[in-house]
Amino acid sequence: MKYKLEAKNINVFYGDKKALNNVNMGIVQNAVTALIGPSGCGKSTFLRLFNRMNDYIDSFRLEGDILIDNTNIYSKQILVDELRKNVGMVFQKPNPFPKSIFENVAYGLRIQGIKDKKFLAEKVQDALQQAALWDEVKDDLKKSALALSGGQQQRVCIARALAVEPSIILMDEPTSALDPIATTKVENLIAQLKKNYTIVIVTHNMQQASRISDNTAFFYMGDLIEFDTTNNIFTNPKEEKTENYITGRFG
Amino acid sequence: MNTIEKEIQELRKSLLQMFFLVESQWEKGSNAILEYDQDIAEEISSSEKRINAQELKIDSECENLIALHAPVAVDLRFILTTFKINHALEHIADIAESIATYVANYDVPYEKKVIEELNISDMLEAFNSMMDDIILAYENKDAKIAKKVFKKDKILNKINSNAPVIIAKYLNKYDNNMLLLLLSSVRKIERAGDSLKKIGEEIIYHIEANVVKHNK
Repeated sequence: MKYKLEAKNINVFYGDKKALNNVNMGIVQNAVTALIGPSGCGKSTFLRLFNRMNDYIDSFRLEGDILIDNTNIYSKQILVDELRKNVGMVFQKPNPFPKSIFENVAYGLRIQGIKDKKFLAEKVQDALQQAALWDEVKDDLKKSALALSGGQQQRVCIARALAVEPSIILMDEPTSALDPIATTKVENLIAQLKKNYTIVIVTHNMQQASRISDNTAFFYMGDLIEFDTTNNIFTNPKEEKTENYITGRFG
Repeated sequence: MNTIEKEIQELRKSLLQMFFLVESQWEKGSNAILEYDQDIAEEISSSEKRINAQELKIDSECENLIALHAPVAVDLRFILTTFKINHALEHIADIAESIATYVANYDVPYEKKVIEELNISDMLEAFNSMMDDIILAYENKDAKIAKKVFKKDKILNKINSNAPVIIAKYLNKYDNNMLLLLLSSVRKIERAGDSLKKIGEEIIYHIEANVVKHNK
């Protein structure tokens, strides 16, 4: 089977502490893959392997291969900036820059040296439309992004990630700071985006994982316990640990 | 034990109560038909109200569990199973009541010879044994016991398929109305057996996550 993202024999260490233990996983294109598990299980570490965010941690050490489109992204030939153009990321807390909505979304393109105003305007509009925010902000593009609601800020961040045209979007608990209405909007957006992007999402919200993802991986203490279709995981998991976790009988 | 586990335990207790109510209904129903006991027949009608109330209670418990706890996996299967078993049990209790009503509305005892030849006693014994298995399987979460009912259901099917020939033999010899009531009772016991079989399939689904219904 051809995978968009692939983890092969992955071991991750922070100093002496092993954070991931021999993880193997293939993630398919144009699908939403949810990573679930208790705090400290390694799911965020795993997510951040795909855009090399863990590289910033001094004690981080990786064994094994992380492949995107069959290319090892930890090989020396890989330019991390190029990689991150292809792999966008949305974080737990909305983190717009203290700039206008327009400049937030155009940020990645400006970094790439793009100055053509018409081109930038088109790309910003396109990204905001994809992020289902255009209709709400089209008359206020010069307004500070920080003046928007939490849910709108998070969608600005999603638009910012989309503007540089990645093929993969990583989301680390993207709705945990949002109210139920804003959460629904982001979840609907994720369902729309998977037509054009491969999405990997870390979530503590079990119902969210079951609602929006096609496949679900359950991590526990650095081990990948089970990876299957979301339907199987939430109706008939094979592993007792998975069942105990999703039914709230853990610990 | 977390909240959902407590609620599930309560739901299990409620369904067991329903099982016992329906089981007792069938014991009375068996006596009504075999012993021509018209008093029991009336008693069955009044306990039907308790069964209906229990059915509504269980429905409401299932609804609350789904709405408030968003159950998944084994918990979801248990609630779905309980919901379906609850309705099947109410249907089985209705059948007992209807058989007893036949007795209550018929003025003289059924002809013993016909009852014996129809094998109604064996049929009720097989049915009650299926009920025991089902309760045991549900209480102990034991799919193996639940599977026992499939074989026993065949006894009911066989007795039911022999009944028309036996009844035809006695037409015009005995009161035809009584013969029709007996034939109808046999049919109903067979249908109640089918419902018990379906409950067995639901119990297996809950325990093994394996859908066995409609499998030949």
